[in-house]
Amino acid sequence: MQSWLPIPESASTLSGEVDALYYYIWGVTVFFTLLISAVVIFFVIRYRRRNPFEIPRPIEGSTKLETLWSVIPLLIVITFFAWGAKLYFAQYRPAQNAIEVYVVGKQWMWKFQHATGQREINELHVPVNRKVKLIMTTEGVIHDVFVPAFRIKADVVPGKYTTEWFEATKPGTYNFFCAEYCGMNHSGMRGYVVVMEPTEYENWLSGNAGQTSPAAAGRNLYESLGCVSCHGANAEGGRGPALLGVYGSKVVLNNNASVTADEGYLRESVLNPQAKLVTGFGPIMPSFQGQISEEQLLQVVAYIKSLSTSKPEQATAKPAPSATPSAGAKPSPTAKTSSSPK
Amino acid sequence: MEEFVIPKQPGSNYLNAEYGLKSWLLTKDHKRIALLYLGAITFFFFIGSLYAMMIRLELLTPQGDLMQSSTYNKTFTQHGIVMVFFFLIPAIPATLGNFLIPMMIGAKDLAFPRINLLSWYIYMAGGIITIYALLAGGVDTGWTFYVPYSTTFSNSYVIATGVGIFINGFSSILTGLNFIVTIHTMRAPGMTWFRMPLFVWSHYATSLIMILGTPVVAITILLVALERLAHIGIFDPAAGGDPVLFQHLFWFYSHPAVYIMVLPAMGVVSELIANFSRKNIFGYKFVAFSSLAIAVLGFLVWGHHLFVASQSVYAGMIFSFLSFTVAIPSAVKVFNWTATLHKASISYDTPMLYGLGFIGLFTIGGLTGMFLATLAVDVHVSDTYFVVAHFHYIMVGGTLLAYLGGLRYWWPKISGRMYPEGWGRFSALVVFVGFNLTFAPQFLLGYMGMPRRYHTYPVELVSWQVLHVLSTAGASILGVGLMIPLIYLVWSMRYGRIAEANPWHLPGLEWQTPSPPPTENFLTTPIVTHEAYEFAPPEHKEVVGKFERQQPAES
Repeated sequence: MQSWLPIPESASTLSGEVDALYYYIWGVTVFFTLLISAVVIFFVIRYRRRNPFEIPRPIEGSTKLETLWSVIPLLIVITFFAWGAKLYFAQYRPAQNAIEVYVVGKQWMWKFQHATGQREINELHVPVNRKVKLIMTTEGVIHDVFVPAFRIKADVVPGKYTTEWFEATKPGTYNFFCAEYCGMNHSGMRGYVVVMEPTEYENWLSGNAGQTSPAAAGRNLYESLGCVSCHGANAEGGRGPALLGVYGSKVVLNNNASVTADEGYLRESVLNPQAKLVTGFGPIMPSFQGQISEEQLLQVVAYIKSLSTSKPEQATAKPAPSATPSAGAKPSPTAKTSSSPK
Repeated sequence: MEEFVIPKQPGSNYLNAEYGLKSWLLTKDHKRIALLYLGAITFFFFIGSLYAMMIRLELLTPQGDLMQSSTYNKTFTQHGIVMVFFFLIPAIPATLGNFLIPMMIGAKDLAFPRINLLSWYIYMAGGIITIYALLAGGVDTGWTFYVPYSTTFSNSYVIATGVGIFINGFSSILTGLNFIVTIHTMRAPGMTWFRMPLFVWSHYATSLIMILGTPVVAITILLVALERLAHIGIFDPAAGGDPVLFQHLFWFYSHPAVYIMVLPAMGVVSELIANFSRKNIFGYKFVAFSSLAIAVLGFLVWGHHLFVASQSVYAGMIFSFLSFTVAIPSAVKVFNWTATLHKASISYDTPMLYGLGFIGLFTIGGLTGMFLATLAVDVHVSDTYFVVAHFHYIMVGGTLLAYLGGLRYWWPKISGRMYPEGWGRFSALVVFVGFNLTFAPQFLLGYMGMPRRYHTYPVELVSWQVLHVLSTAGASILGVGLMIPLIYLVWSMRYGRIAEANPWHLPGLEWQTPSPPPTENFLTTPIVTHEAYEFAPPEHKEVVGKFERQQPAES
C-alpha cells in the first residue's frame, strides 16, 4: 500500500477511516470533475462556430434544472459533512484510560514527559495498541503536533492545554511535524514517534527510569512554592480549598455556577486564582503567573491529578445542591455525571 | 441602440484627449484610473512572482541550500502579502471593474470620480509603505500575522507592513462604495437591474463584501499593532487575552476576502462564456443571485480555518456545515456556464480559452475545498500543501485566469489595438499546462503530510522531493506563459492592428462606442431596450437560429 499510493503510512486506529473518507470524497469529486469536463469539451466541439454570422437560438433557463443541480450536490455534501463530523468527534473526544504524556512546545523543540518521569526531546516512545493522550501547551508561540501516519493534528496554544490522542496499530518510527508556523526554525521542529511492542516499551521505560515523575516533582513544587500553608500539608485544605480528590470532580463556584476540575481549570486556578473562586473561599490566593514555567505548571497539575483516583471522562463529582460552603470545596468523588472537559 | 452613429475615425478618445504626466496623475476619468491601477498591479504581480520563483527554487532540494530559514520565511510571507493585498484583491475590480462598470451600464463615469482617484492614491500609499517595509528588512509572520508570533516574537517589520495593509484597505472600501452608488444611481435609461451584465452583478456583490469585511481586518491589524507597541493584552493569555480570538477576527475578513478575489472573476467568466458563444447566460437570475448568496454565506464560514486551532468541537461542526452550503451557489454557476454552451456558437478566441480553462480549474479548486470542509479530513490536511494547492487553484486558476482572459477580451476597447491572436492562444495553453503541473502535485504532497511554510523537509522522503521537482518545473512553464502576454500586450499598444469599435460583434453597451472610447464614454446617452446578451435585435428575431445575418452590428 505504502509503495504505490501517494498517502502516508496508516498506523493508527483512526487513520484507516480517515483514508476511507478521503477516497470517498475523491471518488465523488473526480466523477464530477470528469463529468463537467466531458460535457464542456463535448459542447465546445459540437457547437463550435461554423459560420461567422450564425446566431444561436436563446435558451432562457430552467427552474427545474436549477433545483435539480442545487439539491443533488447539497445531498451529496451532507454525506461528506456527516461522516466527517462523526469521525472528528472521535478524533477530538478525549481518550479514556490513556497513557498521558505532557508536551511542551518551545521555539524550536518539543519536550515530552511521561507520567513515569521519563523525559524526551523531539522523540516520543509509546507502546503499540494503547491509547496515548498528549496534554500540550507552549511557552511562547502557537505550535502544532501533526503525526501524518496517525492522521492527527492539533494546535498547541499558549495559555491553555489542548489535547490529542492516538492509538498506534503498528510498531515503527513515524515522522511528526510542527504544523503551525512558529518562526525561524519552524521546519526544523520535527521528530519521531517510536511505536514499540509492549515488552520493548517496558524495557525502554525501565532503561530510562530513575527520573522524578511529574507528580513527584509537582509535590516538591507544592512545598517549595508554599502551597502547603493554605491547601494543607496533605492537600486536605485549610484557608484554601482541599485538593484531595478535586481533579475530575465538579466544583461549585461562589457564583453558584459549577465547573469540572480538569487540567485547564487547575491551570487557570494557579495562574489566575480569582477567575473561578470556589464557593466559600475568599480571593486571597496570589497569582503564580510568571513565577512558574509551563513545565513546572504541568508538574503541579500532575501532582493534583495524582491526588484523585477518578478521571473527568469516567466520573465527575456532583455535590449535593444543599452543600455547605466547606462541602462545596471538598466535593465527593463518588457522584457521577458524564461530561467532557472540552 | 442600433441607430447609434459610430464615427469611423473618432477625433478624440480618452487616451489622446490630454497629454502629459499631470493629465494622468490628476485624471478623474475612470478609464485612466483603471490604467493607473493596471500599471501598479502589474508591478506588484511581478514582485510577488519573483518571491514565488524563489520559493519554488528553494524547495527543489530537501535541504535549505539557496537561502537561510529566516530569508525563506520572509519570502513566503511577502509573496502572500503582495499577491493577496496588492494583486488579487484589487486585480479585477480596480482595473476591469473600474474601466467597464460605467460603460456597461451606460454611464459617463463612476458616481464619485475624485474618490476613485483618491482610492488609487491610497492604494499606492499603502503599496509604497509595504514595499518600504520589505526593503527595510522584510516581515516573517506569514501573511496571516498569527499572534503571539506577530505581536511578541517576530523581530521583523510587522508594524510597517501592517500600516501598509491598513491604508490599502481604505482603497478597497472606497472602490466598493463607489461601485455600489454607481450601480444604484447611474444606470442608463432602460438599464434595469435584470438587464445588467452579470459582470456588474458580481461586482455589486464584491463591493458589499469590501464595505462590510475590510473594516474588520483594519481593526484586527490595528489591534496587532497596539499589542506589539503598547501590550494592551487583548491577545495575550498572561493578561487575560486570547490568541485564538485573533484568528477569529482575521478570518472573519480574510475568508470573505477570498470571495472579493473570486466573485469578480466569476463575473468576467460569465461575460466570456456568454459573448464568445453568442448565447444569453442560462439561468441569468440564478447566476446573479448566486453571487449575492456567496457574498452573504461567505461571512458565516470563517471558523473552518480553525478546525485544529482548539475551537470547540461543536463550533467546528456548525462551520463545517455552513462551508458546504457556500459550495452550492458556486456549483450552480459552473452548471449554468456549462448549460450556456449547449446549442451555442462557440468561438476559440483567446479570451474564451481562458474562460473555459477557468471552468476546469475553478471546478477542481472548488471540489478540493470539499476535502477541507470535511472535518476529519481537514484535521489531516490542514496547514499542509493540500491547502496551498487548493487555494492556488482558486486564486491563480480562478482569479488570475479570469483576469488574463478579461484583459484580452477588453484589450481592443482599452487600448484601441488588437493583440496577436496566435500568441494569445499559445500563451493561454502554456499557462494552463504550467499551472496544473505546478499545483496538482501539491495536493499529493499535502496528503502525504508535507506541512506548508517549511523551508526544509526530511531527506529520506524521496517521493516528496519528486513532487517538489515537478511543481518547480511547472512553475517555470507558468512563468514563461505569463511573460509572453506581458511582451505581446506591450508590443500591441504600438504595433497591434487598429481595433474596430466592436471587433467581436457583441451587443454589450461597452462595444457600442468607439475603441478607445471618448472621455465621456458615449457620444449620446444610450437608451437600453433589451436584455443583456441579446445577440439578435428584437426586430430581427427571424435571423435567430439561422446561419445568416445581414450584417454584424457594425464592422
